[in-house]
Parts: sequence; C-alpha cells; structure tokens
Amino acid sequence: MSALETFVDAADETLLAVEGVTLSFGGVQAIKDVSFDIKKGEIRAIIGPNGAGKTSMLNVINGFYHPQKGKITFKGNTRTDMRPHVAATQGISRTFQNVALFRGMSTLDNIMTGRTLKMTTNLFWHLFRFGPAEQEELEHREFVERIIDFLEIQHIRKTPVGRLPYGLQKRVELGRALAAQPDLLLLDEPMAGMNLEEKEDMSRFVIDVNDQFGTTIALIEHDMGVVMDLSNRVVVLDHGEKIADGTPDEVKSNQDVIDAYLGVAH
Amino acid sequence: MGEILHGIFINPFIEIAGAPDLFVQVLWEGFVSGTLYALIALGFVLIFKASGVFNFAQGIMVVFGALSLVGLFAAGVPAWLALILCIGIMFGLAWGVERVVLRNLVNQEPIILFMATIGLNYFLIGFGEFIFGGEPKTMITSEIGLPTGSFDFEVLGGLVSLQQIDVSAAVIAGLLVAGLAVFFNKTRIGRALRAVADDHQAAMSVGITLQQIWVIVWFAAGIVALTTGIMWGARSDVSFALSIVALKALPVLILGGFTSVPGAIVGGLIIGISEKLAEFYWGPLVGGSIESWFPYFLALIFLWFRPQGLFGERIIERV
Amino acid sequence: MLYRETGQFKTSYSADQAVFPIRQDLVGIWLILAFMFLVVPFTFNDFWLNSIMIPTLIFALAAIGLNILTGYAGQLSLGTGGFMGCGAYACLKLTTFFPDLNIIIVILMSGFFAAAVGFIFGLPSLRIKGFYLAVATLASQFFLEWAFGRIAWLYNYADSGAIEVPTRRIFDIAITGPHASSMTRYLVVLSIVVVLTWVASNLVRGRFGRSWMAVRDMDIAAELIGIRLLSTKLTAFSISSYYCGVAGAMMVFLWLGAAEVESFDINHSFLVLFMVIIGGLGSLLGAFLGAAFIWNLPILLRSAFGQTIDAASVEHISFMVVGALIIFFLIVEPHGFARMWQIAKEKLRLWPFPY
Repeated sequence: MSALETFVDAADETLLAVEGVTLSFGGVQAIKDVSFDIKKGEIRAIIGPNGAGKTSMLNVINGFYHPQKGKITFKGNTRTDMRPHVAATQGISRTFQNVALFRGMSTLDNIMTGRTLKMTTNLFWHLFRFGPAEQEELEHREFVERIIDFLEIQHIRKTPVGRLPYGLQKRVELGRALAAQPDLLLLDEPMAGMNLEEKEDMSRFVIDVNDQFGTTIALIEHDMGVVMDLSNRVVVLDHGEKIADGTPDEVKSNQDVIDAYLGVAH
Repeated sequence: MGEILHGIFINPFIEIAGAPDLFVQVLWEGFVSGTLYALIALGFVLIFKASGVFNFAQGIMVVFGALSLVGLFAAGVPAWLALILCIGIMFGLAWGVERVVLRNLVNQEPIILFMATIGLNYFLIGFGEFIFGGEPKTMITSEIGLPTGSFDFEVLGGLVSLQQIDVSAAVIAGLLVAGLAVFFNKTRIGRALRAVADDHQAAMSVGITLQQIWVIVWFAAGIVALTTGIMWGARSDVSFALSIVALKALPVLILGGFTSVPGAIVGGLIIGISEKLAEFYWGPLVGGSIESWFPYFLALIFLWFRPQGLFGERIIERV
Repeated sequence: MLYRETGQFKTSYSADQAVFPIRQDLVGIWLILAFMFLVVPFTFNDFWLNSIMIPTLIFALAAIGLNILTGYAGQLSLGTGGFMGCGAYACLKLTTFFPDLNIIIVILMSGFFAAAVGFIFGLPSLRIKGFYLAVATLASQFFLEWAFGRIAWLYNYADSGAIEVPTRRIFDIAITGPHASSMTRYLVVLSIVVVLTWVASNLVRGRFGRSWMAVRDMDIAAELIGIRLLSTKLTAFSISSYYCGVAGAMMVFLWLGAAEVESFDINHSFLVLFMVIIGGLGSLLGAFLGAAFIWNLPILLRSAFGQTIDAASVEHISFMVVGALIIFFLIVEPHGFARMWQIAKEKLRLWPFPY
C-alpha cells in the first residue's frame, strides 16, 4: 500500500480527540477549554506565540500534566488522567523542546532505550545474557540499526550524545521516539535553533516518517514556512485558548491569528 | 498486640500525667538538642541558599571549630585570643574552600558539589585529628566566660533542672539568628547574598562577584559552626564522634526545607523534642537508643506527604 | 603498536555487543584471570592475601553494588554499610539453621535478604530524589546499625555481641572459620567476585542497564518513553543491595572471621562511596580500581612512613589524602580512574603515530 493510499484510507478516522481540556497551575491558566482532533495519518501542527500553552498541551496528551477538566480520546479509549508510561504503552511518543536525551549514553543506547517497551525478557535471562535475552537484544539492535540508517547517523553510533552538536542531538531524539514505533508522534519544536540546511534535513525526516511508516505526527513549530509546507492541518493557540483550526491556508488568512502574531490592542 | 499498642499510644500519657516534671525535663532536653540541630541546619541553609551547594561538611566544621579552640588553648594560647584566632581559622577555611573547591567546580552538577563536600568532610577530619590528636577533649567552657551552674525550678510538684550552659546556648542561638536576619535584610552585602541566591547571572550582571559572596557565606556558616561547636562541646566532649550526631541536621533540613531559615529552626526543634520524647516514652519498648534513627524516619514519613518541606514552595516539573 | 583494532571486523551484532569487542582486551582479561587464579594463590604470602587481595576483592564487589545504584541508576545511597550488614547477619542465621548447606550457596543466598531490605528502603525513591533520597538511605543505615546492635537473636546471643564465624567445610576443606587457610578463602572470594562481576556486566549492557541509565540521566524523559520509574529504581535498589549483601557476608565469613556492628557503620558506607567516586561512577572496572586504590592507600602510606610516625597519624594522613583526592578527582576527572583508563586506551590505539 502506498503512502498516499494510507492517507486517503485513514483520512476520516480520528486518532486522538481532545475535548474541553482546561489546565491550570495554582492561579495561572495554561490551557482554557481547548478542543481539537488529530486524524490518523496526518501531520497536525500546533502553533501560537510564546506562552500560548503548546508544550503544556503536549504534556497533557502524553499524560505528564493532569488537566483539571476535559477528556482525551486516543484510539477509542477515553481518559482524563494517566501516568506517562501508560501513554507510551498505548503508542504515543515524543521529542522535547529542550533536548531530553540520556546524555551519558551513546546514540545507539539512547535509541535502544526507546525500544524498552517492546522488550519483555525477564531479569533471569538478562543476568546471564543468555537465550531469549541475547536473542532479543540482537533483534532490537537490527531494528535500531534501520532507524540509524534512516536518520543517517551511522557515524555517531557509539558516541555519547552529550558530545554531539545540537542538530544531531535533535536527530537522535527523533530516532529514540521512532524506536517505539508510535502511532502518534509528538514533536516539540524539532527545528528550533537549527540553520536552514539542518531544517531542511529535519523536514525531510518528518515527511519521510509520515510517508514511509504512516506515523501520525503532531508538531509544534515556530517557523511558519515549515509549518505551512509540512502540515495537513493547523491548530492555533493563544493565551491558552484555541483561536483557529483548519488547513494552513485557512489559518494563514484568519484575522485572529494575524492579530495574535502581530499583536493588537485587545 | 494489644499490649504493644497500649505501650505506644496510651502508656506515655499515663506516665506524663503521673510525672509531669519529668515530662517538662524531657521537653527541655529536647529543646536544647533541637537548638543545636537547628544551628547546624542553619549553617547548611546559609550555604545552600547562596551557592546551591549542599554542604555535607557542616557537621565537621562544627567539630573542627570547637577542636581548634580547645587545641589552641591547650597549646597555651589565652582563651580570648584562641577564640579570635578560631574566627580567623574559620575565615581561612571559607577562603580556602572557595579557592580550591568551589572556584574549580563552578557550574558542575549539584551532586558533584555534594560529593566534593564529602571529600572536604574527610579532609577536615584527617586534618583536625592530625593536628590536634584524635582523643576526645573537654570544652574550655568557663575560660571563655560561659556559665556552668544549673537553675532548678519547682514544676507541678517536681524538680526541673536547667543547665545554665543550655540556657545560654538557647539565648546565643536566638541572638545569632536575629543577627543573621538583620544581616540579610538590612545590610548591602546581605541583600547581595539574597540576590545571588535568586539568580547567579543577575547578581553578576549588577557587579557582585560570586567569589566574594561564596567566601562570605562560608565564613558566616563557619561562625555559626564555631558557635554550635562551643555550645555542643560544653554539653559533651569535643570529638569527631559528634559529626555522626551532626548528621541529624539532615532530617531537620527535610522538615524545614533546604532554603528556609525559619524552617531550619522550627525543624530543629521538632526533631530535637520529638526524638527525646520518643526515646523516653517509646524507647524502652524496643530496647532503647531509638533516637539514633527516629529523626530519619520522622523525616521520611514527613517527606512522603510534603516533599517540599514545611516552608518550601510546591515544585512544578517541566519538560 | 600492539594495541590496534585494524583488521578486526565485526560481522555480527553480537560480536559488536560483546563485553570486550577488541581482541587485545579479551586476551588481557584472560591473562589477568589466569594470573589471579593460578599464580597469586601459590606465590603470595598470607599478609598479601589477607590484608590486600581478599579485602580489595570484597570491597570491589560492594563498590559494584553501590555503582549499580548510584553510578548507573543515579540514586545516591549512604546506606551501603547497613546493606552489607544485612548480608552478614543473614549468612550467620542461615548457616546456623542449615549447618550442612554448602557455605558458598549460603553466602550467595544471604544476598537475597539484603536485597529485600534494599527493596523496602528503596520504596521512598518513588517520591524522593537526590539529596532527599540520601537522607532516606541514612535512615536505613542508622536503623540497621541499631537493629544489629540491639537484636541479640541476630548474632546468636553471643556474649561479645559479635558475629562469630563457625567452621564450615566443603569436601572436608575448611572454607570459613579459624581453620580455613588464606588461600582457600582467597580462591572462594575470587570465584564469587568474578562470577558476580560477569553477571553485573550482562545486566548493565542490556535492557536493565539502559533503563537505569535513562532514569539517571533524565528521569522525566525516561518515564515518557515508557520506563516505569518505580520498578526500575526498585530493581536497582534490590540488585545493588544483593551485591552489597554478598560482599558483607564474604567480609565477615571469608575475611574478618568475626564482626561487630562497627564493621557495618556509616564510615563503611562512605568508604565504598569513595571507591565508587574515585574509580568512576558508572563503570565496573572503576569499582575494582577504586577499591584497590582506597583500600591499599593507607597500607601504602603505612609502609612508607611506618618507621617515622605512629599508626594513628598515618590513619589521619590517609583520611586527608583520600578527602583531598576526592576533591581533586571531582575537579580534574569526575569520571574517575575508569575514564582515565579509557582515554589512555584511546591514545594507545594511535600510539606511536597520533596524527
């Protein structure tokens, strides 16, 4: 099945629905009654000025923050509250605004760690690294090597990630998220702080991930050019509220959005 | 089982009602230990607030200060001069720590700095014992002008006895805290210290050098340590065995929070009083000496319900 | 020139994931093992075996235990002494109840009791991090010290209040107790340490080791990719305590022959912590290097200054030296001896033509 067919096939199937989510810390409301959905196979961008609540929204989706109100439906399961590792088990993985790699570990180990959930052999076999444990390590190593090839990071396989330049770290982080073979991939500013060339590379990876693996992607990004090119639909947040939702073109011409970005006397 | 529960929850109150004077005496003992724990914790807090360093060696600084005083006196230096020299030694220590340790470890992870202070801890033990010898010594209490008698009171038909040295310990502790409060709130340097605690970069940008600040806080913590050492030494011998007891400042910090001066004091008193009460009323049930671990468990239970301490703010984790 | 990996091509992932992927390292380790097993026991005298080899190995095992917890899983512990004590007392009770059971099995089993205690005291790590957790481990340390001293049942009601090690034989050879020769005890210690080190290296290279390191480096991210923090930390606590427990049991049964509470006090916790720091956090090799260094430094100092100054001063000087070295290492090379060794190897690969 080609990538296009996957998209067309699944276009109407909702993967994730966020309904009426409200989140506050003490007196500060980070998110106010926001609803939107993500369809299977699409690239969904979440944009908005700084402090609009974008990262908080991702944190809510993968269970790190617990919203006071609202519910989230993922693959048909509705929940208001859950632990982050449960979100991971259900098939949500993500990257972070400030790279959150395991700095003391090599690229290979970081990506291997991303496959933790797929590994099941028990402690006993691991004590002797024998039988199933050895088998499992090798199988997953093969899968991880495919990701390494895909992201073109073969040369830094054994380098501790703390020593890598920022752009490569972002790439390794994407690799770690991919290793879990997620249904929904959350990318928090994957291109922040990159130069044009690195951005182009990263954009290509995002599109390829979506195309080749059929992974649904939710993306926070500030670079409007990238957002408009990459995404199928865009949701715009400002001061924790949703102010627009639609295709890139619709959003681009929305007056509220223009006001939010250029600033207007309220 | 019933008997045990009775022993834990009911008997103590019967005993308290039966001998209220004993209860008051135990409370007082707890109050005095608590003051000393609070003073050690205060030293921790000063350093932690200003430099973010968790100074494991604070307890050893207490012993080191007291040991220097006694050692100098034993070497024939007059008491008053020894005291002044000791203040000088504490300054030298602060300066040395800044020069050798902190300056080289700036911007390292907190845990690395913490381990460095464990190293400092060991260095000071070895150094102190090498210079002054390892055997326990007696504090020169009366020579430096501290009272040694006791006050006896009639309380609820019994006799409660307060050591004068304990009373002066409490008074001096109070004065020290008041002095520090004035220093932090009213003087220029004090305000600068608080600025550093809030934001290193900001402090540097308004022209306060970090190095000076560090020397000053470590010196202040050294003075607190010296005072604690004198008071503590007056109650028991001066020896490095004290450093194990000084670790009880850690549960105090957990109760009070790492950055709160009032927290250190309240926490110190809670730990001091509760451990003495527990020892006196619950200790016999399990063979005694439970005060060696009781404070840690108290802190653990507390931590479970309020991880940020008594006066700390709730931490919001971010990614 | 000798240390080259040119020409050694790995044709499978399993070869690439081996403990010693470079052939020279593999040869080296076999040579060291052969020396330790075949040469040392027959050529070293009792002093060397008893005062240097046996304690170094035992402390190395304890350091591996602490390293799993602190170096790999990032949970600072000051309770090592207490966990070692758990193993020692458990060993005494087990061998009292089952006098005919092979003592080596008893020693290995006693680690499980330490593991259980470690598990319980690891529970607070769910909510408590960093320094706070260090205080929690102090709670275990002081509580255990207290229990070892107060509960007479633990030391079989001996008048001395100490563990007195009974003689236990395997095939008529005394392994423990006053009749056991240094050579036998050394060989038993060596075998246990080698096997458990191998197991540890399997663990840290695999899924468990990666989870530990993930929790250490960035616990939030680890949780978000599906690692359960509590169970990961608790496995680290249990396995770490197992190692410390076995080390404690060996310390009393195969080295000291008798032990009181003082053998498990907080100073031993620090001693092992120093071994881990100086050797290198997160390195098994470091545990051996650190243990060898910290344990033998006072002995070295004593033989250097032994004639000129008294024993107490030597002890004080070694305190100073160790303290200063800790600071020195944290400043110069926070990753300890292990990292230095690694750097040396990288240099050696290119030597003598570094460009």
